Amino acid sequence: MHLPAILPWGAAEGFSKQMLLVILSVVIIATFFVIAARKQQLVPGKLQYAGEAAYGFVRNGIAKDIIGGKDFIKYVPLLFSLFFFILVNNIYGAIPVIQLPSFSHVGGAYVLAGIVYVTWIVIGIKKNGLKYFKLATVPSGVPIYILPIVIPIEIISNFLVRPVTHSLRLFATMLAGHLIVMIAGSGIEFLVMQENVLLKGASVLVLAGSLAMYMLEALIMALQAYVFTLLTAIYIEGALHADSH
Amino acid sequence: MKQLIISAATEGDTNPLVPNIWEMFVVLVGFAVLLFIVTKYVVPMFEKNFAERAEAIEGGIAKAEKAQAEASAALEEYKQQLTDARTEANRIREEARGEGAQILADLKEKAAAESARITAQAHAQIESERQAAVVSLRAEVGTLATTLAGRIVGEALTDDARSARVVDRFLADLENQNAGAAK
Repeated sequence: MHLPAILPWGAAEGFSKQMLLVILSVVIIATFFVIAARKQQLVPGKLQYAGEAAYGFVRNGIAKDIIGGKDFIKYVPLLFSLFFFILVNNIYGAIPVIQLPSFSHVGGAYVLAGIVYVTWIVIGIKKNGLKYFKLATVPSGVPIYILPIVIPIEIISNFLVRPVTHSLRLFATMLAGHLIVMIAGSGIEFLVMQENVLLKGASVLVLAGSLAMYMLEALIMALQAYVFTLLTAIYIEGALHADSH
Repeated sequence: MKQLIISAATEGDTNPLVPNIWEMFVVLVGFAVLLFIVTKYVVPMFEKNFAERAEAIEGGIAKAEKAQAEASAALEEYKQQLTDARTEANRIREEARGEGAQILADLKEKAAAESARITAQAHAQIESERQAAVVSLRAEVGTLATTLAGRIVGEALTDDARSARVVDRFLADLENQNAGAAK
C-alpha cells in the first residue's frame, strides 16, 4: 500500500511515496504549462490550445465568474495553481501502480486550506481594514434581537468551521476513494484465492462494482479539485465585497 | 492475506486526521514553488497572448471598418464626380448648341452680306460698263456723224447733182415712209 520510506529523513516515517508524488506533480504542472505557454502564437497549436483551454477554464470559469470585476486577474495564479495542483495529485489515485491520491494524507489538505484561509482573511483586512471582522460576522438587515444568536454562528461558520470543512472535504473524499479502491482490490484478491467456485465467481461482481466505483472516484477526483478552487474563489470574493454581503 | 489485513488494521491505530509534519512541509514547499512559477511565468505568458489575440482581432475589425469607411467614401466621391461630370457635360452641350446657333446666324449674315456685296458690285460694274459703252458710243457716233457729215458735205462740194439726188432720194424716202404711213 505504501512504499517504504525512501530516505530515513525527517521525524517519523522518512521520505514517503506521497512526498515524491507531490514533488512530481509540481514538475508535471510547471513543465506542461510553461511549454504550452512559451511558444505563443496568435493561432494556437494543439499543445498551446490545450494549455489555453485549461488556463481559460480557471481564469474565466472560476476567477472571472465568481470574483469578477477588474482585479480578478490578481487571484488567477493562486486559483490556477490550486486547481491543477489538487487535480494532478488527485488523479494519481486513478493511475494504476501509483494509485495514491496525495491528499488522502491529511497534511497536504491542511496546508492548502490554511493558505487559502490566511489569504482571504488578509484580503478582507486589506480591503476593509479591521472593520472587516464586523462586516464578516454581523450580517446587515438582521433584526437586532436575533444578532446575539447570529453573530456567534457567523463567527463559528466563517472563521472556525470554514477551513476545517475546506480541508477535510478534500481529504475525506480522497481517503474514502482510496480506501474503496484498495478494499475492492483486496476483496477481489481474497475471493479469487478461495477454494469454493461460487466464491471465486463472486469476485466478478466485486470487480464490476469496483470498476463502477473507480469511475465514480475519477469523477470525484476532478470534482473535488474544482470544488476546492471554487470555494477558494467564493471566500476571496466574500472578503473583497464584505460590505455588500 | 489475512495477516496483511490484520497488520493494516493494527497499523491503522494512528489517527488519519493527524498530519505528518514532513508531508505538510513538502506540500507547502511544492505548492509555493508551483505558485511562484505560475505567477511569474505561466499566467503572464497566457495573459500576454490573450491580450495580443484580442488586439489582433479588434485591430482586424477596426481595419475592416476603416476599409469599409474608405470604400464608402470613395463610392461617394465617385458618385459626386459622376454627377459633376454629367452636369459639366450638359453645360458643355448647351454651350455648344448655343455656339452652333450663333455660328449659323453669323454665317447666314455673312453670306447675305456677301451676296449683297456681289450684287452691288455687279450692278456697279454693269453701270460702269454701260457708262463706258455710252461714252465710247457717243464718241464713235460723233466721229461717224462728223465723217458722214464731212462726206456729205464733201460730195456736195464736189457734185451738186449727186447731192441733189441724195437729197431727193432722202426726201423721197421720207415721202414714201409718210405715204406708207398714211396708207
